[in-house]
Order: sequence, then C-alpha cells, then structure tokens
Amino acid sequence: MPDARLIIRTFISDRLPQVEFSDDDEIFELGLVNSLFAVELVMFIERTFDLVLPNEVITLDNFRNVAAMAEMIELQQAQAVRSK
Amino acid sequence: MSVVGVIGAGVIGTGVADNAARSGHDVILIDDKADALSRSLALIERDCRMSRLYSQVAIDAAKVLARITPSRDMGELAGCELVVENVTERWDIKRRVWEELDASCPSSTIFVANTSAIPITRLASVTSHPDRVIGVHFMNPVPMKSAVELIPGRLTSEETVSQTREFVHSLGKEAILVNDACGFVSNRILHLAINEAAFLVYEGVATPETVDKVFRTCFGHPMGLLETADLIGIDTILHTIEVLYEHFADSKYRPSPLLKEMAAAGLLGRKSGRGFYAYETLGRPVTGEITT
Repeated sequence: MPDARLIIRTFISDRLPQVEFSDDDEIFELGLVNSLFAVELVMFIERTFDLVLPNEVITLDNFRNVAAMAEMIELQQAQAVRSK
Repeated sequence: MSVVGVIGAGVIGTGVADNAARSGHDVILIDDKADALSRSLALIERDCRMSRLYSQVAIDAAKVLARITPSRDMGELAGCELVVENVTERWDIKRRVWEELDASCPSSTIFVANTSAIPITRLASVTSHPDRVIGVHFMNPVPMKSAVELIPGRLTSEETVSQTREFVHSLGKEAILVNDACGFVSNRILHLAINEAAFLVYEGVATPETVDKVFRTCFGHPMGLLETADLIGIDTILHTIEVLYEHFADSKYRPSPLLKEMAAAGLLGRKSGRGFYAYETLGRPVTGEITT
C-alpha cells in the first residue's frame, strides 16, 4: 500500500485542487478546511486503512496536519496487529 | 420537558433528535421509513463519536442513543409535551402529517414547525389548537448551531412562545424572534443568494470553487454559498426556493435550472455524497464534481 502520507495528501488535494500545502501545515488552523471535513477524513481513513479509530483518538489535534494523521494511522495499525 | 417528539428522520430531524437527547430529553423519533430511522441512529452515533472534532467535549453515543426511541407510529407521540416536525418541505406532505399529529396528541402539546419557508400561520390553520403552534427554524448541523429563528404564528399564545423559548435554551441555543413571513429572515435571503450562485455556475461565469472562494475570502464567510447548499441539501434548497417563488410570485425566486437538474439527478450534496462537491459519506465513497 502506498505511503499513508501520500494517500491522505491526495485525498485532501482532490478537495483543494488550487491550494498548496505541506505535510506539516495545520489545515484547520489555516482555515483550509472545516470540522465537517474532519468527519470525512475520519471516515476516509477508517475505510481506506481498514481501521476502527477509538473515540479517544478522534480529536482535532490528531487530524491537524497530514503528518499527524499518518502517525496516528501507524500507531493504530501497530495496535491492531498486536491485538490479533 | 421530559419527552419530546421529532417527526422526520432526515438531516434536520436527526440533528434535532441528537441535540435533544444530548441535552437530557427523552425523544420519540418518527419516520414512515424504517431505513430512514436506521440511518438516522447511525448518523447520531457517528456524530457523537466525532464530537471532539468540534469541541473539547466527549459525548457518550450509547447514552444519547438510549434516550431515543425510533418508531413508525405517530400514535407514540401522544405523551409528548412538544413535537418538532421536520418532514419534506412540501405543503401536501406537511398538511397530511399535521392533520395526523393533531389527531394523535392532546391540545396541551406544543407543535413546533421546523419549516424552511411555509408560513407558520398556514400550518397552524390545519390544527385544532393554533395557539399551541409555533415555528422554530433549526439550521444544519443542528447540534453545532448556537441559535435558531423563533417564529410565532398569528394565533400563537405567549405561553407557547415562552415554553418553546425554554426548550430552545435547554438545547444550548439562543432563540431569535422573527415575525411570520415566508422564508423568515434566514432562508429568504440565503436561498436567493444560493440560487443566484447556481445561476452563475450554470452560465459559466465561475466554477463552484471560485464562487465559494469569493465569499470565504472577500467576505469572511466560514463556508461558501454552494458548500452551504450541499450541506442543506440541493432538494431542500429547491423545494424552499419553489415555495418562495409560489408565495411571492416574484421572478427573482425563479429556480435555477442547474438546481432542478441536480435534484433530478440525485446530486443532493452531502446527504447523497455528491452535489456541487463530492463527499465521503457513511459507508459510501463518491468522487467527481458537478460540471456544466
């Protein structure tokens, strides 16, 4: 599977084709997207990476930028492997 | 009020049920379609999970859902102190629902019309106690909004106004009093603006992204007009603009052909996964954008 950062960045870019942003740019802080989009990000990540995100990780801080989202996904994937 | 009824498990009805349950009310949620009720409960569960994206408050979805009783039988509303009606914005449908509601509930029940544009006095006229009928215009997403329009009809009693205001406050919202008129304040202006934005896209003057960027960046709107249209629902926008057009007989409310085409094609916005923009929905990914 392609790198998580690339997948997430592509999903966001498709929605914001005219905006350039880096993996570390705080997409909510910069007003590029709103909290309704955050809900879509959660659903996209769960579907694409076959995860069920625990409620406690669904916070704006974990979705603040591409890097944070990728890190959260890696942690959740590792936990999913350990619990099998 | 301990038990409130909510008729219509669409976008707004779901939000009202969610908000009321989160605020400690028991809710009877009515819809004539079982799949609409199932979808509504799934959406409430999802939105409770997502609550920390909007605020610092974690919401226990199980506790919220435990307060909501779904049903297809309007007779279950007989014990409700207040009922909020949120069915499709069509007079023939609303009239039928209101007549059945009037027959099901005692005269003490407050009937709240959550209509987009139909005058409250007109809705009250089909009931046997118009003094207990009042309009509350909830906006999407209901739990996140800090205010509503409160619209007394011509015969609404002061007691009904006062009790409804208390209910609105219990949901954590401010009630802004507006006199009864088609479209009230919010929709009469907003839908006109959205309709014109749709005309601009239809005529090739600008893309949806450009129209929205103008409003976000030049006017500081948190959301562009067409993104708002997708959030409300293209079918709801169209129904409301048609109500305004019929009521005022003013050509400025003539619906944009683009809105009609989108509604006919099922491009309803967020609720269908695609409108002016594409959205991730509950269990269904959609791609692509509206083009003309």
